Amino acid sequence: MSRGLITAIEIDGAGGDPGAWRGPEVDPRAILTGELAVRAAQRAEAAGVDLVTFADALEAPDDVPDRVSVRLDALGLAARVAPVTQRIGLLPTITVTHTEPFHVQASVATLDHISGGRAGWIADVSTSAEAAAVIGRREPAPAAETWREARYVVDAGRRLWDSWEDDAIIRDVATGRFVDREKLHYVDLETPTFSVKGPSIVPRPPQGHPITAIRVTTPEALEAAGDAELVFLPNSGDLSKQVLELRENAGRSVTLDGRSVTLTLDQAVGPLVLVSAEVRPHVDGVERLLDLIEGWAAAGVDGVQLRPASLELDVPVIAEQLLPVLRERGLVGSGERGGSLRGRLGLRRPVNRYARSVR
Amino acid sequence: MTKQIHLAAHFPGVNNTTVWSDPAAGSQIDFGSFRKLAETAERGTFDFFFLAEGLRLREVKGQIHDLDVVGRPESLTVLSALAAVTTHLGLAATVNSTFNEPYELAKRLSTLDHVSNGRAAWNVVTSWDAFTGENFRRGGYLDKGDRYVRAQESLRIVRKLWDSWNGDELVLDQAAGAFAREGAGAFADEGAHFTLRGRFGLPPSPQGRPVIIQAGDSDEGREFAASSADVIFSRHGTFEGGQTFYKDVKARLAKYGRTDDSLKIMPAVTVVVADTDADAIEKAAYIREQQVSGPTALVLAELLWGRDLSAYDPDGPLPAEDPVVGSSVTQGRVGYNDPFPIVSEWRAQAEANGWSLRQTVINQQNRQTFVGSPTTVAEAVNRHVQENAADGFVLVPHLTPSGLDDFVDRVVPLLRERGVFRSEYAGTTLRDHLGLQP
Ligand SMILES: Cc1cc2nc3c(=O)[nH]c(=O)nc-3n(C[C@H](O)[C@H](O)[C@H](O)COP(=O)(O)O)c2cc1C
Repeated sequence: MSRGLITAIEIDGAGGDPGAWRGPEVDPRAILTGELAVRAAQRAEAAGVDLVTFADALEAPDDVPDRVSVRLDALGLAARVAPVTQRIGLLPTITVTHTEPFHVQASVATLDHISGGRAGWIADVSTSAEAAAVIGRREPAPAAETWREARYVVDAGRRLWDSWEDDAIIRDVATGRFVDREKLHYVDLETPTFSVKGPSIVPRPPQGHPITAIRVTTPEALEAAGDAELVFLPNSGDLSKQVLELRENAGRSVTLDGRSVTLTLDQAVGPLVLVSAEVRPHVDGVERLLDLIEGWAAAGVDGVQLRPASLELDVPVIAEQLLPVLRERGLVGSGERGGSLRGRLGLRRPVNRYARSVR
Repeated sequence: MTKQIHLAAHFPGVNNTTVWSDPAAGSQIDFGSFRKLAETAERGTFDFFFLAEGLRLREVKGQIHDLDVVGRPESLTVLSALAAVTTHLGLAATVNSTFNEPYELAKRLSTLDHVSNGRAAWNVVTSWDAFTGENFRRGGYLDKGDRYVRAQESLRIVRKLWDSWNGDELVLDQAAGAFAREGAGAFADEGAHFTLRGRFGLPPSPQGRPVIIQAGDSDEGREFAASSADVIFSRHGTFEGGQTFYKDVKARLAKYGRTDDSLKIMPAVTVVVADTDADAIEKAAYIREQQVSGPTALVLAELLWGRDLSAYDPDGPLPAEDPVVGSSVTQGRVGYNDPFPIVSEWRAQAEANGWSLRQTVINQQNRQTFVGSPTTVAEAVNRHVQENAADGFVLVPHLTPSGLDDFVDRVVPLLRERGVFRSEYAGTTLRDHLGLQP
C-alpha cells in the first residue's frame, strides 16, 4: 500500500515492562494524573504516529506489590488526552461483557465529537471470574459466548451511530423544529442477550462510525476480528497465514443463533491488520526493531502497534529515531495527514444505513 | 456571619428554556461550546460546571420531541476532556443510578477525579421507567418505589470502593520496588440489588471521594439527599419556595448526625441582566417569547392537559376540555399528578388578562428568577443566600455558550465587592470550593 505502514503506540501504566514505573525518569504519580499518557501521546503525535491505544480491563490489574496494580479508566484517559492533541487517533479499550451497549456507543461517539473525529475503540470481553464478581450481575461466561455477544454489541453500536442521520439537526426557525425527526431512527435491535430501542442520545459522530478495533488474544477473538476495521494480531511465526485468513473472512455476513448479523464493513478494504508487539528500543536498539518491522511488512500487515516497555524511555526513541528512518526507507508515510482518523487510515466515511431507506 | 455564595454553570440543554433559534446560539454538541462555557465559569471562579443527562430521547404523542434541543454528548467523557483545559473548576456529571453498575461508576468517577486533580462530582439521578429501560439490558425492571433503594445502595457501594484503599497503601517506593501494599482495594458487599466482591484498582483520588449531588424532589429524594449528598440541585429557585425547601431539607440532617453546612442547597435559576431594570424586564419578556413558540406552547399545554391539543390554535383561547389524569402524552419527563387546580388557575388568569393560550403558557410557566440591572441581580442573589432560600445557585443560561458572559462580567464583580463571593480560588479541589470536609 502506498500510504505506508500504519503506526500505533499502546499506553498502559508506565509501559509494558512491569518494572517500567521504577525508572528514575518516571514519576509514578504521573500514571494516575494521566500526565504520563499525555506526554506519550504528544510525543507520538509530534513524530507522526497515527494512533494511540489505551489498555484497560474491567477488573483491576493483578494485586502484586512490585507491579503497577492500579489503572485509570481508558475512556476517561483518552478523553483527557483529546484536547491536548490535535491529529493523533485515540482508541481506548472498552469491555462489553458487563457494560451496557447503549452506554458504550454513546461514550465512543462522544470521544469522536470531542476529538474532532479522531476516536475509535478496542472492543474487548471479560471472561474472568474477577470481572463477573465486581459487577455481580451474571456468571462468568466462556470466551466463545462473550465474543459472540461482543459482535452484537459492535453491531448495536454501529446501528446507534447511524440512528441519527448526518443532517438530522435542522434548527428550522420557521417551524420551530430543532431536529427533523424523520432523520432519527429507532434501531429496535434484539439479540440473544440484550435489546436496544434507540435512537442514540448522541448525534452521529463526526466520522460516522468511529473506528472499531479488536485485539486478537484468543481464537474466538480472531473469529470476531472479521467485524472490525482495525485488527491487532500478536507477533507469531505464522503471521502471514493469519493475515491472509483474516482478509478472507472479512466482509462475510455471519449467522449467529439463527439471526443474521449485517456487517457494515467496507468490503472493498477489509480490516486493516496491525501486528502487535512489545518493544524496548532503548535496550535492544533501533536497528533490531527496524529489522522486525521490515519482516512484519513482508508478512503483509498494514501496520504496527508498538507496545513500549517504558513510555518515558521508549516512546522518545520510537519518535526521534525509529520513525524518521522508517520514513526515509518509505515504510511509513509523511505523517502529515490531517483530518479524521478514518481519513488518516484511508477508510471511507460510512454511508448511513437509514439514509438509504426511501422516505 | 456573612454566608459565602456558591455558584455553578449548567450547560444549556434539552428543554424549551434553551433558545437554539437565536442568532447568537452556538453548537450544542461541539467541544468548543463546552470549553467556552467552562472557561467563562472558571473566569468567574464558579464552584463547578454541570452537565445533565437523559438516556432516551423524549417523545410527545409517540414521536420524538423535535422542538427543543435534542441530543447531547455523554457527561463523563466531556468532563474528562474539560479537565485538560481548566484548572480549578469542579466538573459535575449527572449519571443515572438505575441503568449503571456501581463498580463501573466508581471507576469512571474516580478516574475523572484523578485526571482533574480532585474536581469530580456525581449528580445521582434515579429515572427508573420502562420507557428509558428499553435502551438497556434489564429493560424497565425497577419499581418506582425501588429507585432510591437502588440509588442508596449504588452510592453506598461506590463509596465503599473509593474507601477500599485506606490511604496509606500506595507506597510508590521505586528503589524497593513496592508500588502498593498487597490487599489494597479489596471489597465485598451484599445488598438487595447487588452482591459483588473484588478489588478496586484506583487508590484514593485527590478529593478522597468525589462530591455527591442529588436532584430528586420527592420525600424519598429529600431523605436520600439529607442522608448522603453534599449538594442538592433543586428546582425551588423562588425566595419563599426556596426558604421552605431549605428549611425542610436542613431539618432532616440532624437524624443522620450531619450539620447544616455539610449539605449545600443550590436551586436551578435563570438570570437576565441589562443596563437598567427596565431594560432587563424587556429583555426577559423577549427571551420568554423565544422560549415558548406556538408549537412549544401547545406541547406544554398538552403535558398539563394530558391530551392531544393539536387542533388548537396557540394564539387562540385555552382548550375547553377537562384535563386527563395519568395520561402519557409525553414520555421521558415529569408530568402533573393533579392538573385540575393548575388548569383552573390558567383559565382564571387568561380570562382576567385577555391572554391567548401561548401568552398564558409564557406567563404561567415563567421560571425566570433574577431579572434586573447588575446591582439588582447581585442584591437579589445575595439576599436569597443570606436569608437561607439557598446556599448558592446553578445558573441555567438560555444561550449556548455565551449565556453566562453578562453574569460573570457584570454581576460577579459586585458579589466580590460585597465580600460574599471569592475573587480567586482558595483551594484546588471542588470540596475546597464548596467548603466541605474531605
Ligand atoms: C433540578 C432537577 C434536575 C434534574 N436533572 C435530571 C437529569 O439531568 N437527568 C435525569 O435523568 N433526571 C433529572 N432529574 C430527575 C431526578 O433525578 C429524579 O429522577 C426524579 O425527580 C424522580 O425522583 P423524585 O421522585 O425524588 O423527584 C432532575 C430533577 C431535578 C429536581
